[in-house]
Amino acid sequence: MESAMPIIMVVVKVLLVIVAILTFVAYLTLIERKVLGWIQVRIGPNRVGPWGLLQPLADGAKLLLKEEITVAGANKAVYILAPLIVVVCAIVPFAVIPFAKGLGLETLLGPTVSQYDLNTGVIADLNVGILFIFGISSLGVYGVILGGWASNSKYSLLGSIRAAAQMISYELGLSLSVIGVLLLAGTLNLVQIVENQDSIWKWYVFRQPLGFLLFLIAGSAEIARTPFDLMECENELVAGYQTEYSSMKFGLFYLGEYAHLLFLSALTTTLFFGGWQGPFLPPIIWFLAKMFFFVFVFVWIRGTYPRLRYDRVMAFGWKTLVPVGLFNVMATAFIYAIYLQYWGA
Amino acid sequence: MIIPLLQGLKLTLAHVFKKKITLQYPDEKWDVAKRWRGRHVLTVHPSGKIRCVACMLCATVCPAECIYIEGASEPDNRRYPERYEIDLTRCIFCGYCVEVCPKEAIEMSTAYEISGYSRKDLYLDKEALLQPPQPRYEKKKKAG
Repeated sequence: MESAMPIIMVVVKVLLVIVAILTFVAYLTLIERKVLGWIQVRIGPNRVGPWGLLQPLADGAKLLLKEEITVAGANKAVYILAPLIVVVCAIVPFAVIPFAKGLGLETLLGPTVSQYDLNTGVIADLNVGILFIFGISSLGVYGVILGGWASNSKYSLLGSIRAAAQMISYELGLSLSVIGVLLLAGTLNLVQIVENQDSIWKWYVFRQPLGFLLFLIAGSAEIARTPFDLMECENELVAGYQTEYSSMKFGLFYLGEYAHLLFLSALTTTLFFGGWQGPFLPPIIWFLAKMFFFVFVFVWIRGTYPRLRYDRVMAFGWKTLVPVGLFNVMATAFIYAIYLQYWGA
Repeated sequence: MIIPLLQGLKLTLAHVFKKKITLQYPDEKWDVAKRWRGRHVLTVHPSGKIRCVACMLCATVCPAECIYIEGASEPDNRRYPERYEIDLTRCIFCGYCVEVCPKEAIEMSTAYEISGYSRKDLYLDKEALLQPPQPRYEKKKKAG
């Protein structure tokens, strides 16, 4: 029994984090609709529950009760597999995001806690955290392209081709924009990256402003949000790669999309804004506040800019983002090397 | 290139804090213009007699041909409509009947909530048209 305890504890911890993420993701839809409403001088959803707070539940119930349709000619196994891939690839990277300093469990549960690494505010303290993130999120492309292909529909296929091309192109820009931070931090471990930013002046956003800007642009292209949401360009492609999906399978695609948004906000917070670091308030509050601020920023961006044209998005990705990203990496490396040579330890 | 983008963000952020223009319709009602052309009303004399003399001008001018009148005479030869019916499903609310009436016997009220559950509900007879219409909503928000 003594030996099974830590495993159960780990499972409980993982489950708690997943439940929290899914709740946040559900409420992201409400936040998005509310903020978009305000931007358009509307009120937004306010009928289901006070202030529309039960709207996500109503939406979820509606999605579950809708008719499940599998189109004729669909490759059934792949058709069912695709949304699962998307959701898993969107949720798994949260494992390496440090959301708090320590959970204070030692006083509650004794020394076994620290022995099995339960106390840290992160599920998996990987020393290759960022590589892990990029690895997993690249796999998300498979879900998109398989979903589009298995639907046996030209709109879905075109949408998934666009999505895949865009995700692969901007993956490059995203990685380049992060390398600046990695060079300065000297580690791939997200926990250590957060611990390096222990005062506001050490936040990497001030040392890597260009990197932050590139990260924001490439990130919103990577998760395919407006102005880069041309995979679901209604007037050209109906709804993109999920056109033929209905009911909860459709819901899973959207779950993946919003989980990606939440994850990108969490990653921005971690890499550039000091993660859970902050005075007075408990770390987890700081982390959530920063994360939801970036969620707001992404919704704000969506409410402001129109969708770009497909060829321009690709041209911007390859001809602007990648060269500027390379320049940022080179300049950072050059200046940091000189700094280490003459002033560093 | 960056500055216009930031200006756009500033504009949308300003909108977030603006007073919202949404009107919560079933709870709040739009205040319509004074001369709004809503449901018709047949007016009466101070004595309580109907003003209409069944001259058929409204039925003639009506472009949608939705007015049906059967005239009759009182003992003193004064004409009055025995039947006066308006089919609101055909009416286009142009107001010609009001314009053409020599006796100001038909008016249009500001009532705009005139939907019904069946076609019959929208076929108004004389009694229904004599009913005073729903009063005008007095609200801060103006339509349009």
